[in-house]
Amino acid sequence: MSEPLEINVWPGSYGAAAKPRMGFFTDTSICIGCKACEVACKEWNQIPASPQQGFTGHSYDNTVDLGADTWRHVAFIEQRKPVGLDSAGGSLVDAAALHQLIDETGLGTYQEGDGLRWLMASDVCKHCTNAACLEVCPTGALFRTEFDTVVVQEDVCNGCGYCVPACPFGVLDQREEDGRVWKCTLCYDRLKDDKEPACAQACPTNSIQFGELTDLRERADRRLNKLTEAGAEHAQLYLAGDEDGIGGAGAFFLLLDEPEVYGLPPDPVDTTDDLGSIWGAAGIAAAALAGGLLAAFARGRP
Amino acid sequence: MGSNMAEQHPVGFQWVIEAKERGARVMHVDPRFTRTSAMADLHAPIRPGTDIAFLGGVINYILQGQREFGDYVRHYTNARVIIKPEFRDTEDLDGIFSGFVPEDRAYMVSSWGYAGTDGELTAGKKEQTGDVSGDASHGAHGMKLERGDPPEEDWTLQDPNCVFQILKRHYARYTPELVEQITGVKRERFLEIAETLCANSGRERTGAICYAVGWTHHTTGVQIIRAASIVQLLLGNIGRPGGGILALRGHANIQGSTDIPTLYDILPGYIPMPHPDSEDDFDRFVELNGPDTGAWGDLKSYAASMLKAWWGDAATPANGFAYHYLPRVDGDHSHYPMMLRMLDRKTTGFIVMGQNPVVGSANSKLQRRALANLDWLVVRDTVEIETAAFWYDSPDIESGEMRTEEIGTEVFFLPAAAHTEKDGSFTNTQRLLQWHFKAVEPREDCRSELWFAYHLGRRIRAKLASSIDPKDRPILDLTWDYPTRGPHEEPDAEAVLQEINGRHADGSFVSRYQELRDDGSTTCGSWIHAGVYADGVNQAARKKPHTEQNWIAPNWGWAWPGNRHILYNRASADPDGRPWSQRKRYVWWSEEEGRWHSLGDAPDFEPDKAPGYQPPEGAKGMEAIKGSSPFILHPDGLGWLYAAQGLVDGPLPTHYEPQESPVRNRLYGQQANPTRQEFHRPENPYNPSAGQPGAEVFPFVLGTYRLTEHHTAGGMSRTVAHLAELQPELFCEVSPQLAAERGLEHGGWATIVSSRAAIEARVMVTERVVPLRVDDRIVHQVGLPYHWGRKGLVTGDSANELLPLVLDKNVHISEYKVSTCDIRPGRRPRGPALARFVADYRRRAGLEPS
Repeated sequence: MSEPLEINVWPGSYGAAAKPRMGFFTDTSICIGCKACEVACKEWNQIPASPQQGFTGHSYDNTVDLGADTWRHVAFIEQRKPVGLDSAGGSLVDAAALHQLIDETGLGTYQEGDGLRWLMASDVCKHCTNAACLEVCPTGALFRTEFDTVVVQEDVCNGCGYCVPACPFGVLDQREEDGRVWKCTLCYDRLKDDKEPACAQACPTNSIQFGELTDLRERADRRLNKLTEAGAEHAQLYLAGDEDGIGGAGAFFLLLDEPEVYGLPPDPVDTTDDLGSIWGAAGIAAAALAGGLLAAFARGRP
Repeated sequence: MGSNMAEQHPVGFQWVIEAKERGARVMHVDPRFTRTSAMADLHAPIRPGTDIAFLGGVINYILQGQREFGDYVRHYTNARVIIKPEFRDTEDLDGIFSGFVPEDRAYMVSSWGYAGTDGELTAGKKEQTGDVSGDASHGAHGMKLERGDPPEEDWTLQDPNCVFQILKRHYARYTPELVEQITGVKRERFLEIAETLCANSGRERTGAICYAVGWTHHTTGVQIIRAASIVQLLLGNIGRPGGGILALRGHANIQGSTDIPTLYDILPGYIPMPHPDSEDDFDRFVELNGPDTGAWGDLKSYAASMLKAWWGDAATPANGFAYHYLPRVDGDHSHYPMMLRMLDRKTTGFIVMGQNPVVGSANSKLQRRALANLDWLVVRDTVEIETAAFWYDSPDIESGEMRTEEIGTEVFFLPAAAHTEKDGSFTNTQRLLQWHFKAVEPREDCRSELWFAYHLGRRIRAKLASSIDPKDRPILDLTWDYPTRGPHEEPDAEAVLQEINGRHADGSFVSRYQELRDDGSTTCGSWIHAGVYADGVNQAARKKPHTEQNWIAPNWGWAWPGNRHILYNRASADPDGRPWSQRKRYVWWSEEEGRWHSLGDAPDFEPDKAPGYQPPEGAKGMEAIKGSSPFILHPDGLGWLYAAQGLVDGPLPTHYEPQESPVRNRLYGQQANPTRQEFHRPENPYNPSAGQPGAEVFPFVLGTYRLTEHHTAGGMSRTVAHLAELQPELFCEVSPQLAAERGLEHGGWATIVSSRAAIEARVMVTERVVPLRVDDRIVHQVGLPYHWGRKGLVTGDSANELLPLVLDKNVHISEYKVSTCDIRPGRRPRGPALARFVADYRRRAGLEPS
C-alpha cells in the first residue's frame, strides 16, 4: 500500500483547525472499581441501561464488556483462584482442597500476606492511530476528529456492521434496537467546549487521566518507573507507544499484569494492515477468473 | 478498621490514594477483602465484632514495649490521674466493672470517678440507665473540678491507681496470641500492624485511623471507638496533622444531622435535651448538664442564645429564656423503642423523611407490623419506597401473614425534592459545611424538607392562633418568620443559616461562639456554628480552589467550630508551645507576639493564652483550662485514656462477644456487653449463642454491609437505571470452603435463615471471604449487602429481615454488623410455607415449643 498523502491524514487534513492529539491514560493501579466512569459516561451520552440483565457472577462486574451501551467498562479480576460461573463446580472443589491443605500444612493463605489481588481496570475505545473500524466504514460515519480521536456519527451510520469485526479489541457493537454502531467518542462534544470527558472528570482517584497524548505518555513512563521501583514486577504500559500493530493508541493503560489477564489482546493488529496484499491476491484471482471465463466463453463460441 | 472507605467514601478515598503515593502505608483490618483491601498495602481479615480485642492488643503492645509518646501522654492525657480506690476492673470481676446493678443491667458509676471528686456524674445524677438519656448521657459533659484540676495525680505514672497503671493491667492479657485466638488475625500479621502504627507515630510522624459504621453498628460500638482513642492518645496522634480518628460520616449529611440533630435526646450543638429532673428551672438545667470548667462551662450562654433564637422576645432573663417551653425527655425515644411503642399502639402517628425503615432497619417484619398498627403514616420521599408501600406489597403480604384489608393505617405519600432541587448545606466528616445551590426547580408537587417543615408549622400556628391554652404558647411564640421565595413560597435557606449563626442585640452577626452571652443579648441557633455567617457572608458557600491556598484550605467551606480544621490542635505543639518537630508543626506559640500561630488553621485554643498559663483560684469555663491542656471540651483539658463518665458501659473498652456469636468469650465469664439493650418479645427472638442449646442451628457469622453502587436502602439507586444495572441482584458472599460444605453453587441461589426470617440471594463464591481459625475451630462467615427491597427497577429480599434488635445502650444503635445464621442452597419457600420454614428453625433452636 502506498503511503497516504500528508494532506489526507490528521493533522494535515485539518490544516489550521487541527488540535493536539488528545487521549486517556488509564492508570489501573489506582482504580478503586467505583464505576463512576461508567455512570458518568452513560449519563452524559444518554446511553440506555439494562438493569434487568441480572447478576452475572463475574466478581462485581455486571455490565460484562464494552459494547454499544457500555463505552467505559470496569473489569474486576480476582486473582489466585478465579471462580467463574462457567467453571463453578471444579474450582470450588479445588479451592476447598487447597484450603484444607493450607490448614493442615500451615502454609500461607492470603491471611499470611501473599497472593490475593483484586484488579480493577476501566476499559474504553483505544482511538487507534491506524483504526481499522474507520478504514472499513463504507459510509464515512466513522471519522477522525481534529483531536485525532475516532468518532461514529450516529446520523450517518447505516448499521452495516463492517466495523464490528474489524476492531481488534471488540469495542464496536451494534445496538439491538436500531442496528447502528455506538462507541466512545472521547466526549467529542465536551472537547469542543474545552471540557474533559465525563469519565475522567468523574473519576475520584485520577485513575482516568485526560490530556494531550504526549504529556500523558511522559506521565505514564514516570508512573511505571515508580511502581517498578516499588516492586510491582508485572506492571506494564499497554498501547503506550507507536510501535504496536495499531500504530499507537489515543487511549492507553498501565496494567499490573499481562494484558490477557484483563481480557485485552496482547498484540493487537490493525485488521486492515493486510488489505493491500489481500486485494493483490484478490486481483490475481479475479484476473485468473476473468481469464477462465474468457476462455470458457471462447470455447463456447460456435 | 470498621470502614470500607474505597467503596463507601470513594471521593474522600482519593486522599488516601494520594497519601499512599507520598509514601503512607495503608492497612485494612476488615472481615472481607473489599475494594479498600485491594488498594491497601496490607489486609487482615478479622472476625466481625472482635475489634476491641484487636485494638486492646495494640494498646497492650504499645504499653508492654513502652512505645507510647511519653511527653504527650504525661502532659495531655489523664494517664497521671488517680482513680478512686474502690474502682474494680473487669479483670477483677470477670468481665464486669464495679457498680453493676444486675436487675437494672446498668452501672452505678460513682466508683469510676477521679479520686477526690464526689464521684457523681454530674450533680444529682448517680446512676445512668439506658431508658433515661438526656441529662444522663449526652448531658455528661463533665465532672466538677476545682480550677479544672484532677485532685490527685502521679506524674511518674507509677501509682497503682493511676490511669496509666489501670490501663496496663486492664489490657495485660490482650497478647498477640490472644488476639489471634479471638479475632482470627494471625499473630504475625497483628504484630506487623501494631509495629507499623508505633513506628509511624511520635514527634516526627503521625498516623490516622478511619472508621465508619463497621464500628458503630455493634453492641460495643462506642467502646470500639474509645479503644481507638486510647491507641491514638498513647501514640500522640490526636490534634496533629496526619493524625486523628476519622469518623467517616455518611450519606450525605449524617454529620450535619447530628450537629443540628434529628436525634431525640440532644438539641443543636450537642446541648442535652432537658430531663424532667430539671423541672422548669433554666439554671438548674445548666447546673445539671454543664461542668464549671472547659468550653462546656459556658453552656448557659450557648443555651440562652439558642432559646433566644427560637422564642425571640418571648424569651427573657426573667422567664429563664422560655426554657420551660422545651420538650422533656421522659424515656428512651430512640428509633427501635419508638417502633416497639407503635407495635404496642402507644404511638399512633409517624412521619418518615429521609428514611426507609422497612429496608434499612433491623428485623424488617417487626418494622412493618409496627407500621400496620398506626393510625396514620406520612412518607416523604423522592420515590415510592418500601415503607410507603408496606400495606400492599411486602414479604408478609406475599406469605399471607398480613392482609391489606386488615391494615388500618392511613398512608400519605408526599413527593420530596432531591438535593439538586433545593439550597442547603452538607457537613462532611471533617465538620466542613459545604453549601449547595438549587440547580433546578422541583417538579410538580415535589417540595423540600424545609418547605414542608416551615409550612406545616405555619399551618399549625394558624390553626392555634386563637388558642388561650398555655400548652400552645411554645408553638405560637416561636420565631417563625422566614422569608419565602418563588411560586411555591420556598423558605430562604440562607435565612435559616443566619438564625443558626446568631446575632447581637444590634442585629449584627455573631462571628464566634465566644461572643455568646447568657444575658439574652445574643441569639444563636447552634453555638458550634456561630461564625458560619460571620460578616454577613455565607462562609459555607466559599469555594476557593485548593490550588489557590495551602493544603489546610481554610477558605473552602467552613468547619465548625470557628473554622477549625483539626480539633485539639494545641496538641500539635509541646507543653511549652513549640512544635513537637518541624516536620509536623501546625500550631505554635510566639513568645514575642504573645499569641498562637498556625500553618493556616484556626488554633483550637484561646488565641493569646500562654503555654505557662495557670488558672486562678475559682476559675470557671475556659479560664480554668491551663495553657498546656489541649482538650478544651473536657473539664480537665485532658485527653481521656480512661473515661470516668459519659459512658454507660464502663470507663475502659473491654472485649465482649456480640449478642449472637458462635464463640464463647475467651477473656471473661461475661459473654456479651452486660448493658446491651435487648428486647425480649416474640417478634424479636435471638439466635442462641455458643454455650446455649440450639446454637448449632445458626452456626455461621452473618455480616451486612453496603456496596459502592447502591445508596443505603436503595431509594436513590435501585430506582436509577444507570446505578441499578451495576448491582442488579442481592447476592451473598461466601468462601469456597463454606460453599463446598453447604453445597452452594457460584451464581446459583442460597437461602439464608435466622430465627426472624429467611431470605434468598444469588451466591458469590469468592476467596475474598476466608474462614477464620478462632480458638482452634473454623468460623465461617456469610456476607450480605443490605440495599434491596421490593420497589424500584431491581428488587430482592432485604438483608435486614434477618437481624434482631439489640442495641448499644450508649447510643441505641443496633448490631447490624454481626449476627448468626444458617445458609443452604436453593431459593426460599414461597407463600405460607415461608413462615413454617422459619418456625421450624426456631423449634430446632429451642426458641419455640415443638
